[in-house]
Amino acid sequence: MRAFKYSRAASLKDAAARLAETPNAKLIAGGTNLLDLMKLQIETPEALIDVNGLPLDQIEVTQEGGLRVGALVRNTDLAADVRVRRDYPVLSRAILAGASQQLRNRATTAGNLLQRTRCPYFYDTDQPCNKRKPGSGCSAIGGYSRGLAVIGASESCIATYPGDMAVALRVLDATVQISDADGETRDLALADFHRLPGDAPQVENDLEKGEIITSVTLPKPVASRQIYRKIRDRASYAFALVSVAAVIGKDFARFAIGGVAPKPWRSETAERELPQQGVARFSQALFADATPTRENRFKIVLAERVLQSTWTENRG
Amino acid sequence: MTSFPLPPVDRRTVLAGATAAATAYSTGLSAAGLASGADEQTVTLRVNGQTHALKLEERTTLLDALREHIGLTGTKKGCDHGQCGACTVIVNGRRINSCLTLALMHEGDAVTTIEGLAGRDGQHPMQAAFVKHDAFQCGYCTSGQICSSVAMLDEIKAGIPSHVTEDLNAEPKRTPEEVRERMSGNICRCGAYSNILDAINEVSGAV
Repeated sequence: MRAFKYSRAASLKDAAARLAETPNAKLIAGGTNLLDLMKLQIETPEALIDVNGLPLDQIEVTQEGGLRVGALVRNTDLAADVRVRRDYPVLSRAILAGASQQLRNRATTAGNLLQRTRCPYFYDTDQPCNKRKPGSGCSAIGGYSRGLAVIGASESCIATYPGDMAVALRVLDATVQISDADGETRDLALADFHRLPGDAPQVENDLEKGEIITSVTLPKPVASRQIYRKIRDRASYAFALVSVAAVIGKDFARFAIGGVAPKPWRSETAERELPQQGVARFSQALFADATPTRENRFKIVLAERVLQSTWTENRG
Repeated sequence: MTSFPLPPVDRRTVLAGATAAATAYSTGLSAAGLASGADEQTVTLRVNGQTHALKLEERTTLLDALREHIGLTGTKKGCDHGQCGACTVIVNGRRINSCLTLALMHEGDAVTTIEGLAGRDGQHPMQAAFVKHDAFQCGYCTSGQICSSVAMLDEIKAGIPSHVTEDLNAEPKRTPEEVRERMSGNICRCGAYSNILDAINEVSGAV
């Protein structure tokens, strides 16, 4: 691990100001992904600003009847919160399906959203990778791609977003609250938070320099069945090959898919036509622009089957 | 036949000596500014009930602080990337991978390692159960397995659900299936899993 300057943020404003002023600075909360990457010198920040002391670790009811989840709420606490378990079970389920309990005990809500979108070649510092070293090329295209993206990828990067929590947040229509050094705040739909790689795969989200996630807000709960199904190579502590987060109500159905794209994948347009068109058509529409490799085209078939069984077992 | 009088020595004494030498060596390097020019900061950790004021390079992980600076070598470094669980310790009541957190992030925190699990004498019931059920072969993952399993049973008691908890709104049960899922962050390359499960299930009074 390269040396860096470590400091603790005294306040949100202090953290944002230091983040904006210090060249190559990063915030650290749980640190489970960041330190992993720093040990391999894939991440080499010159300064780490520890935000663990900031008062952003509460889950509160919003005026609209939803929940505001502080950026520093640990994954374990979010998944175990009685309101989340009762009203947003797909979120509890998604979090519990990810990582190990040791990691969930440290990992935070905002940190989870900011985990790097990664692939084996991103981790292998001897190989070209446009995400790790922009312009160096993509080793995954034409390489080992079984676990990688089938849709939303580009000619510069086919890495998959590995997280589970964000897939549930996407299907729940969550929004992200962001604050900057001037105290300006903005709300961003989770749908718009993660970016597709295009020709700049090193930029994975919409945050500007100096901006900090302060919370994630869930809208008022809706009467629904909520399901998170994760298909993976082993029963626990593995990334998804395909995951499906579903919220199925009396006259609507929403699905977000994980493990297939550089961000949680969802189509509201296709969802509206699902009841008339059926799941096969829905899945076709969802993956209409897919560009799978020979090794990962099975994910499209797998996703359709998981969607089919989830829909059949849980519809009205 | 000549006999060579040897000083009484055991594995722990050798390890402690090696740790002291390694610490002196790395301190010498950083004092001379050769290692990296890394700055040092102070942090106070409460480890197994004892307070340790340490001066550490900023990039020192909690794991390295425990092993190399405090000399508690019971906590093991396996993968050093949070995948194997050998470095599991209990911080403020929760198990974490000590390799994936900086020591400086734990000012004032209470850390329990395998050395502090039982009191001054004897064994923690989980340690005794691991011995009884022969729940290890090489033993390298064992301190992590034991710290992890002790905190894991507390998590079930606290009502924290897992991936295999059937009813999210009910109290999780101490079933072998729950234990398996909850221990997936601890790898045993010798494959002593069935005996590890037997040991944990005995302590948990699995139902």
